Amino acid sequence: MEQILLKHTHHGRCLSFEEYRFSGGFEALAKALKDMTPAEVQQDVIDSGLRGRGGAGFPTGKKWSFVPRDLPGPRYLICNCDEMEPGTYKDRVLLERNPHLLVEGMALACYALEVHHAFIFVRYGYEQAAGNLRQSIAAAGRSGFLGDNILGSDFSLELDVHQSAGRYICGEETALINALEGKRANPRAKPPFPAIKGLWGQPTVVNNVETLANIPAIITGGPLLWKNLAATPEAAGTKLFCISGHVVNTNCFELPLGMTLGEIIDGPSGGMRSGSRFKACIPGGAATPYFTEAHLGVPMDFDPVAKAGSRLGTGGIVVFDQNTCMVAVTLNLIRFFARESCGWCTPCREGLPFVRHTLERIEAGRGESNDIDILREHVHMLNYAFCALAPGAMGPVEGLLRLFYDELEAHILEKKCPFKKQ
Amino acid sequence: MIPENLKANLEQRIAAAITHREAAVDVMKELQRHYGWLTDEALEEASQLLGLSPLQVEELATFYEMIYRRPVGRHVVHVCDSVSCWALGGETLLESLAKLLETESGSTTADGAVTLLPCSCLGNCGEAPCMMVGEKQYGRVTPEIGVQIVAALRLRDGSTNS
Repeated sequence: MEQILLKHTHHGRCLSFEEYRFSGGFEALAKALKDMTPAEVQQDVIDSGLRGRGGAGFPTGKKWSFVPRDLPGPRYLICNCDEMEPGTYKDRVLLERNPHLLVEGMALACYALEVHHAFIFVRYGYEQAAGNLRQSIAAAGRSGFLGDNILGSDFSLELDVHQSAGRYICGEETALINALEGKRANPRAKPPFPAIKGLWGQPTVVNNVETLANIPAIITGGPLLWKNLAATPEAAGTKLFCISGHVVNTNCFELPLGMTLGEIIDGPSGGMRSGSRFKACIPGGAATPYFTEAHLGVPMDFDPVAKAGSRLGTGGIVVFDQNTCMVAVTLNLIRFFARESCGWCTPCREGLPFVRHTLERIEAGRGESNDIDILREHVHMLNYAFCALAPGAMGPVEGLLRLFYDELEAHILEKKCPFKKQ
Repeated sequence: MIPENLKANLEQRIAAAITHREAAVDVMKELQRHYGWLTDEALEEASQLLGLSPLQVEELATFYEMIYRRPVGRHVVHVCDSVSCWALGGETLLESLAKLLETESGSTTADGAVTLLPCSCLGNCGEAPCMMVGEKQYGRVTPEIGVQIVAALRLRDGSTNS
């Protein structure tokens, strides 16, 4: 299996700038600046089929194509490294091992978008990743890959690192823009979309770390070669899957997009821990509905996962064994989302604590039969929240109702959690 | 009052920003580093540096998980309570630390040494359960290891005092 993102990382430490250059680093940027127009770089990204790796899976080249190039004033690129989705740690692993790939990817994206000032928004707790990035940016500047007139061309670029102080909502792109501007990070109304009116009112693209880190390989080898790294003809490229929970190897792996869930769990993840049997998993970070044994054959790619009732999300797979209570899992997830709600809109601010309260009662054996209707109603109603946080939060609740109805009902009928020894 | 050199550094940071308030999080973090938490005095100073009203800074300060508007201990211990850590015993870790420190989760020990806080996912799920002391992350923290790490903090404090 060919790797693009983690191929340099067998040393178990951060790749130095010199090592990166020696292994072909910044050749993609040199090639683009010498032989390609910005439109050609964008076209390669469109042709590659690259879809956003941050959760929503929107086609990256298409997102770029929405940016008007004729408006007065600057345009901005923001790299979203506010990786706070429970079960997700791929961007940290990538940046702790090879920050240079992101720097080169951002330089290429900025060239395509004709952006001259870009930001990397890093969450709290990622001190190592932010430090690596600052060093890489400084080294790239000294070598003429950043700054004024890069490699003698007309293209100039400045990269800045912003370190946040912690809130999940900052990962939502319009909230992130407010956070970067130094405002309270509530989401903004869309439209206008950031591509038209984003950072300081200027056209702005927000892309995830992993998304941008794929750009150099697309430019070096061409879009087709990159696309064909996937396991199925429909999928494009590789994906970082970060595994946690009750499996043997809880690690971050770069795998061909489209490998089945079962192949990922039994292969690189090393199967279940001793004494554990697979019961369910969160397939793509905390905001995605569960998969069960019935889904082990689903190819882990955007469309097949959506067709099977969930989302590929961030690629954060959290695996649960037979002793795990799925009501308790859902309660844990909802506690997170209720706490991280920014409070801007009523459905999210009031609805999530109500769902939490309802699940707490059910888990404690004090649930009533109409609680199930309350949960079902909220799955529907929270779709009317202002941003994607609340509908995402209800993903696991929807999965609980659809896949673990018997378990949920047993809590209410038996007036206790069947998994707790009493 | 903050020292002149810190003030000069912050003014420099603000001058490099596209708008003053872009530097707000950096300024709050630096003031917190100086005072230990974001005191009312710090809030006032931040608002003057950034050209915002104290209320505008308060609006930001209360939003972020890592900005403290109440006094905290000399060490802040964050224990992840999100799903991957929970599945591998994160709750037991938090309970063990609370017991060791003779305090509740969310409080500071009577001697002002340690504040114990639950927190959202630390992005280290492959090494669950996780905790963070100040800015340092720890992975695969069993209750026994967690207790050792936190007990060592107090020992270190003891040796600097004597």
